[in-house]
Formats: sequence, C-alpha cells, structure tokens
Amino acid sequence: MSLKRFLNQAVSSWMNEDGPASEIVLSTRIRLARNHNRYAFPTVFTKEEAEQTAQAMRTAVEQAGYPLEELKMQDLQGLEKRVLVEKHLISPNLAEDAGSSSVWLSDQEDISLMVNEEDHLRIQCLFPGLQLKEALRKALEIDDAIEKHFDYAFDENFGYLTTCPTNVGTGLRASVMMHLPGLMMTHQMNRIIPAIGQFGLVARGIYGEGSEALGNIFQISNQTTLGKSEEDITEDLLHVVDQIITQEKAAREALVKSSGIQLEDRVFRSYGTLRYSRVIESKEAAKCLSDVRLGIDLGFIENVSRSILNELMILTQPGFLQQYAGGFLRPVERDIRRASLIRERLEMDVSKDKGGSDL
Amino acid sequence: MCEVCAQDKGEAFMNDDGAFSFNHLLAGLLNVSPVMKQNQPTQNRRETVECSGCQMTFDQFLKIGKFGCPKCYESFRDQLPPILKRLHSGNTVHQGKLPERQGGTIHMKRKVSDLRVELKSLIEQEEFEQAATIRDQIRSLEKEIDGERGGADES
Ligand SMILES: [Zn+2]
Ligand SMILES: [Zn+2]
Repeated sequence: MSLKRFLNQAVSSWMNEDGPASEIVLSTRIRLARNHNRYAFPTVFTKEEAEQTAQAMRTAVEQAGYPLEELKMQDLQGLEKRVLVEKHLISPNLAEDAGSSSVWLSDQEDISLMVNEEDHLRIQCLFPGLQLKEALRKALEIDDAIEKHFDYAFDENFGYLTTCPTNVGTGLRASVMMHLPGLMMTHQMNRIIPAIGQFGLVARGIYGEGSEALGNIFQISNQTTLGKSEEDITEDLLHVVDQIITQEKAAREALVKSSGIQLEDRVFRSYGTLRYSRVIESKEAAKCLSDVRLGIDLGFIENVSRSILNELMILTQPGFLQQYAGGFLRPVERDIRRASLIRERLEMDVSKDKGGSDL
Repeated sequence: MCEVCAQDKGEAFMNDDGAFSFNHLLAGLLNVSPVMKQNQPTQNRRETVECSGCQMTFDQFLKIGKFGCPKCYESFRDQLPPILKRLHSGNTVHQGKLPERQGGTIHMKRKVSDLRVELKSLIEQEEFEQAATIRDQIRSLEKEIDGERGGADES
C-alpha cells in the first residue's frame, strides 16, 4: 500500500484538520458515561445481560439516525483493535473484552460510542483544536437522541449512575490535548500541574509512562463530575486552558528572545534526524516531532504541515507500524519502519512544496 | 517480561481515564477519614448493607471501588455522601443535565426551585405584583408534580 493511501485511511479528521488555537491545542475530547437502568454494570453482568444491553443499544443507535458503523470486538483481529486504541477510538479495556463489546464509529471518526466497556455506553466526540463547547454540544445531542429509545440509569440526587463513583453525576470527562514544549523547556510544568489540581482538574502526559510526557503532549481534564453542570465543567476547564495557552506563548517568546539561535539549531537538528535517520525509537521520534512542530509554529520551518506531530505520534506506534507493514514486526524492525515512515511522510510535504510528486 | 512486551509497554503507551485510580483514593479514605468513622458507628459495623439488585455488599463495593448495578446507589444511599464528597470536591448532588424523556417531574421540580429563588428576590425588592404571578406558577407546577406522581411510573 502506498503511504498516501495508508494515510487516507489512517488519519481521522480530528488529527489533521486545523482547529481554533491549534498552535498549542491539538485536540478536544468529550466523553459521557451512561448506563441502562435495568441491567447490571459490566463489572458483574452475565453474558445474557451483556448481550441484552448490546441489543438495546443497537436498537437505540439505529433509531437515533446517526450514520455510525458497529465494529464488534469479537470480530476484530488483535492488530485492528490495537490500531483503534492508538487512534483513541476505543480504550485498552474495551480491546481486551470479547463478548458483547463493540464500538460504533462515524465515517470521520469524530464520534465513537463504546458499548459494554466499564459502563454500558460511552459517548465520545473528538474535535481538532480547542472546541470544548462544540464537542460538548455534539455529545449532548447524541445523548438526547439515544435516550429517546434507551432507559438511562438516572437518579434525581446522584445524576447519571456510573460503574465507578468517580464518573457519577454528569458522567462527563472533558479533555484537551496540549503541546507544551515552551513550558517544559522553561521547567514550569512542575509548578503548573499541582496548581491545576486545585480547580478539580488534572494534567498528565498522554504518551509515555508514569510522569513522563513524550512529545511534550499533555492532557488536561476535569476530575469532578458531580455537583457542577456540564457547561460549568467545560467552562472551568476552558478558563484554565486559556491561561496555560497564554503562559506557553510567553515561554516560547522568552525562549526565542534569550536563546533564539540555540532553539533554531535544536529544531533543525531534530528535523535532520527525522528526515534522514534509518532507525528511530519512539522516545526519540516523539522528542524530534515536538521540536519540529515548535519550529513550524515559530516560523523556522515552512514546508512541513502542522499536523505532523499529531499524525505521526499516532501513526508511529506499534499497532500502526505493523498494520502498515502488513504483519508482525520485532521491536528493532519497528524502529526501522518508524524511521522510514517518518522520512516518507516528510518527503510528501517537501515534494508538495516543489509542486511535483517525485515520491 | 520478554523484549517484545517490554518494548510494547514502554512504547508510547497511551494513558486514559483509567490512570486515575479510584482505589488510590479509597485506600486513604478507609484508613484516615474521620468522616467515615462518624457515619459508621461501631455497633453497626458488622451488619453491612447489601444491594437489593445485585447483592453486592457495601464492603465489597469499597474493596472493588466499582458498583455492581444501578440499584447499588439506592441501596448505599446513606453511605455514599462522604465518599462522593471526597471524590467530587465536596459535592454530593447532581446539578447537570436531566434525561429529556425520563426526567419527567424532575424537570418541573428544578423549575419550582428556580422560581422560588426568583420569588424570594422579588419579595425583597417589594415587587409584589410580579411575586404573585410567580407564586401562582409555582402552585400550578406543584399541582402538576403531585398529579404525575400518582400516574406515570418513574424509575
Ligand atoms: Zn512477552
Ligand atoms: Zn447493585
């Protein structure tokens, strides 16, 4: 398969479209957790109940009138599931389930409904850039359409009832994925992360383990789901995100002023690495992609698309690399594949810039 | 762990909501929270509550950190507030969206409580004529709520 065709199939709208504030905010995600009021939660439900829930969900989704396609976990290969996880369309938990778990996807992959994950239903909307209000509106609209034909577990006092008490009430998790190289280079994240906690929000690296944040990519989301309206939760998150954007911009400006040439050097070294390396591990790739993306934002690099960071952070993960290769790859083979995929992808931009397609 | 698994794990592993573990919080809650101790006097400690829907006991819930079914909330209603407070910045009552179709009388009840606030401020401002209109609205809504209660089944 050619890279272009692979990309066409692999890249969802939220990964490569420009959204508001997209120089710092890569994407926005809204998730609503919902359950049926008659069936036990997936923690303890029987096979029959699982199937009944899935069937009730099927009826509701079909009546709701959204053009969504159902992918049943039991019908998918391991690698296919892995790719869906890497695209954030399903959770690792759902991928492990067989039984009556499934995901309903829109064509653009901006809507995904997970069935029988931790909750009976998780509605997810993914938008490019900073679009909390838009994504929330969409998710609530889908929620209304499904509720017409699906009896939600709801309590006047506790709100929407969820399997885990951390989600009860609104069942809402609003998150924003941010690229924060300026705050990382100026060592400010250590100060910002605890400060965010005071607002009922949490910041964590989305790639990498523990406290590391590969690619300087952080996810900021609400932790409190009970006692505030959906609008207030997203409003409070937006307020904090706006402040982080301001601080990231200030940090970048300060870096350019104090060490512009060093920064430019770093950006182009990373560009060189991505453009010409033959073997690259995911950690190094993430660092270089972050540098290059910063270089694009600062105007050092002009002939590379801005979506490169978002796109390649996802497409260079093991599942995607193996799908592109058409089979299992050993770790060292992945590093070779990763390097060649990145080279080809960058070359696409270069040749587009020249007006030709010598690829 | 073999080389493949090790690299799989290390490689750009994506964290999701699961990373925020309820059990972490719970551990602290069980040991140190004075709130819990107050709410569970020693003589009651043995008779643990059980869910009428899925037979999960409150102790089991505390261990797993997850409910078994929607009825668990009803069954553990009195035990939950201190836990919810801890998890949700002191909140125990839902203020968000209501399901459009099933929301039924809850929509009206919310409306009544909004109108009561309005009524109070109108009286303070000595806008008695408007206050009277609002009071009539409250009365008719309350009548409607009482009517619904006898009729439609709400779960
Ligand atoms: Zn292994
Ligand atoms: Zn139960």
